[in-house]
Amino acid sequence: MEAIEKIKEIAVQAVSGAKIDIVNSTPAAQQPALLVDREHIYGVGKFLKEDPRFQMDFCSCVTAVDYLPKADKPGSIEVVYHLYSVAQKHGPLVLKVRAPREIDQCRVPSLTPLWRGCEFQEREAYDLYGVKFDGHPDLRRILMWDEFTDYPMRKDYVPPADYEWEPTPHDDTLDRAISEGGIMPPTAREELEKEKAKKK
Amino acid sequence: MAVDEGLKSELQKQGVFILPFEQLYNWGRKSSIWPLQFGLACCAIEMIASAASRYDLARFGAEVFRATPRQADLMIVAGTVTKKMAPQVVRLYNQMPEPKYCIAMGACAISGGPFKDGYNVLKGIDRFIPVDVHIPGCPPRPEALIHAIMTLQRKIAGQHLDKAQRPRWYDKNAASEYPIPAFGEHDLQPPANRDLWEPPRNYRDVTLDEVKKA
Repeated sequence: MEAIEKIKEIAVQAVSGAKIDIVNSTPAAQQPALLVDREHIYGVGKFLKEDPRFQMDFCSCVTAVDYLPKADKPGSIEVVYHLYSVAQKHGPLVLKVRAPREIDQCRVPSLTPLWRGCEFQEREAYDLYGVKFDGHPDLRRILMWDEFTDYPMRKDYVPPADYEWEPTPHDDTLDRAISEGGIMPPTAREELEKEKAKKK
Repeated sequence: MAVDEGLKSELQKQGVFILPFEQLYNWGRKSSIWPLQFGLACCAIEMIASAASRYDLARFGAEVFRATPRQADLMIVAGTVTKKMAPQVVRLYNQMPEPKYCIAMGACAISGGPFKDGYNVLKGIDRFIPVDVHIPGCPPRPEALIHAIMTLQRKIAGQHLDKAQRPRWYDKNAASEYPIPAFGEHDLQPPANRDLWEPPRNYRDVTLDEVKKA
């Protein structure tokens, strides 16, 4: 398979108007990815699948990544596709597409019409991250129950307060136990009082 | 029961057994506990190993795993109970005829185990159904499950038939079904059956009156 820069060039020429960036989120993995804009992800996917140079006939993995907003840039949900070619025995080629984090705007085109294997994995990304896949044939929750309204793998998800406190909570658990007025074992309470006394 | 132990022993040598009916009855019950054929995660593999030839649960009369709750006496909750699965587990327990028992097998079934922090895991099946024996372990070895069965057998052997002490299920009006939690928007509704389960409390918050009552 060609170098990623070459693939980008070919794809930009083949799909008119496509905006493609090369991103390398984990340089140690040495697996740069093609970040495609939302409008052209389907076109780029279709091209990579049908072009005889690539023949990406197998999508092995679909997942989502949640990026919280930072001071300098807004947050986003990134959907990641790993493509392989069984016919030409090459891959993976990583395709990424980003959508805003807001639930009503968090939509990307579905690639299930191209690779049938994406169906359940896109449903999983929808279930856990709240990404709506336009054009998906059967988009509903797959792991959580239908009545569930949250997206639990998002970083700002707040789990229900059904936590039964550990005998000796520490770190985050201790903070939660204190803030929620939960059950705090005597050891933890003593430690906390000691800490407070020290600070004074 | 006032039977002279020496006489009892002498009679046994001649093949005559004298014992209270209650003891015979409980001996029959405890020696044929049929578990429900039901596993949820890796603990189920250990449960299968217990039933197979190497550990041979048949020695304790508990080898007949029934594939229907209607014929089962014991539910071994073997594995992680997810919140999505919990209503089905309670429903299966409700469908078992009395007398019925429950063993919570492994860290997940007793407390949520390594997944306790997770959003999707029930933090112990004792929040919804009464558990007779808890076995810790991740997963518990077959010996531990056999120990739990033996513990349950001792419990059954200790149940009495007389009116004052007889078990709950002899009372026709006693509830044998437990409320099935509904799927809520964020969690199961209710998240626990408060008639069965109380969150653990700091012993400093326990009042002196409560201690005296207990």
